[in-house]
Amino acid sequence: MDNKVNQLMRPQISLAKQLTDASLAVSSCFSCKKCSGGCPLTFAMDVLPHQIIRLALLGQEDQVLGSGAIWVCSGCQTCTTRCPNGVDIAGVMDWLKEEAVRRGGTIPDEEVWAFHHFFLESIRAAGGRLSETRLLRRYSLYKMRRHPNLAELKQNLQLGWKLWKRRRMRLSGPPALRGQAQIKEIFRTGDF
Amino acid sequence: MKVTYYPGCSLEGTAVDYAASIAGVTSWLDVELVELFDWNCCGASSAHSLNHHLALHLPARNLALAEKAERDMVAPCALCFNRLKAAEKALLSPEGEELGISYGGGIKIWDLLDYLTQTAFLEALAPKMTAPLKNLQAVSYYGCLAARPPAVTGKTDYENPQNMERLLKVVGASPLDWSFKTDCCGAGLAVARPDIIDTLVHRLYERALAAGAECFVVSCQMCQANLDLSQERISRKFGQDYYLPVFYFTELIALALGHPEAPKWLAQHLVDPMPLLKMKGLV
Repeated sequence: MDNKVNQLMRPQISLAKQLTDASLAVSSCFSCKKCSGGCPLTFAMDVLPHQIIRLALLGQEDQVLGSGAIWVCSGCQTCTTRCPNGVDIAGVMDWLKEEAVRRGGTIPDEEVWAFHHFFLESIRAAGGRLSETRLLRRYSLYKMRRHPNLAELKQNLQLGWKLWKRRRMRLSGPPALRGQAQIKEIFRTGDF
Repeated sequence: MKVTYYPGCSLEGTAVDYAASIAGVTSWLDVELVELFDWNCCGASSAHSLNHHLALHLPARNLALAEKAERDMVAPCALCFNRLKAAEKALLSPEGEELGISYGGGIKIWDLLDYLTQTAFLEALAPKMTAPLKNLQAVSYYGCLAARPPAVTGKTDYENPQNMERLLKVVGASPLDWSFKTDCCGAGLAVARPDIIDTLVHRLYERALAAGAECFVVSCQMCQANLDLSQERISRKFGQDYYLPVFYFTELIALALGHPEAPKWLAQHLVDPMPLLKMKGLV
């Protein structure tokens, strides 16, 4: 008996239950593949949407939580809209992203995570509305440190300049809100 | 007619042209937009990707504020609209009361395109056209989230919406049939994964051209950004010289109404629509 293989394949049966508890039941999936058929992003995915659902149902946590596919999903909702059995596939993708971050493992598409992270951080820092300039600045600094790509940086700076000339980019942030304290509380209770 | 207006963060930044065209057009259509007092960001894709608490509570605060204002609310951004509707659904569900947010669903949340293409508006608009956009071959590009998922948005024509086409006919343009009107542009992946945007948007350019289009018409600033800002990069990458201006539907209404400010908003696009409009004799 190869214990290593058995170890790898041992299902984490709690995964399907956790999804059900989050109103994201996957058990009604009969693998018709309609979700993967309509998904515009399969070309960039390592695991297809119907496979994510099946693997989640089979309790293969490492495979779904460690997949790049969940980060490539744009949340366009085509899969959720078309599923004949009412599985909220896009909702499952979101749940898996959040869970993958919570568990602290390696994120295959770390840039996507970083963008979302700095997006939320920029709302918090600006007191309730998104500061696009802060987001792009923070993300670019992260990118330069972790995955430097000079050509892309140059392209982004050129784009920023073109937008600034057309008044579509501004240096000052959004106004802080009267309800700043409420916003702060929302972020605090959301553990962000 | 007064309606609460939830502009969303982009309309104070990269989509100021959209914001200006909305303000310009609604004032000519006797719609008074009253900006929601102290509105906050809906959290967009980032909140629903990383933190379901923020994804619910950020838009919910806006709903509570809007209900106090006792008017229906319009959102010009498809994503804001979607997040507001998703929060509304959660708040009005049986478990919603436990969330401790005062919102009873007493107002209607509209996507701006739907609001401005109600039959009464289209009928009122028709006689006001002073500069119909004759022979402008356009594809409507609705994007994803104004329509999907229907369980959240409440839409019935989510696979093949038609209201932008109806509007285009009223303003004198020629709407073209194509199969990609609700396909994804990549949305919020634009910064972290521009390579994905390139593939998706390149396909949209190709399909639009195959349908005979000279331009796109959009109702979402994220779609506008991805189609407009990436055009030069995608042209270079695929060795093509794409020229497909990306209009907001409000800009086309303004042009057809002969609104004097319209050229100013169009000048903020990266893909300059003027050569096309001049070629068509529309400016």
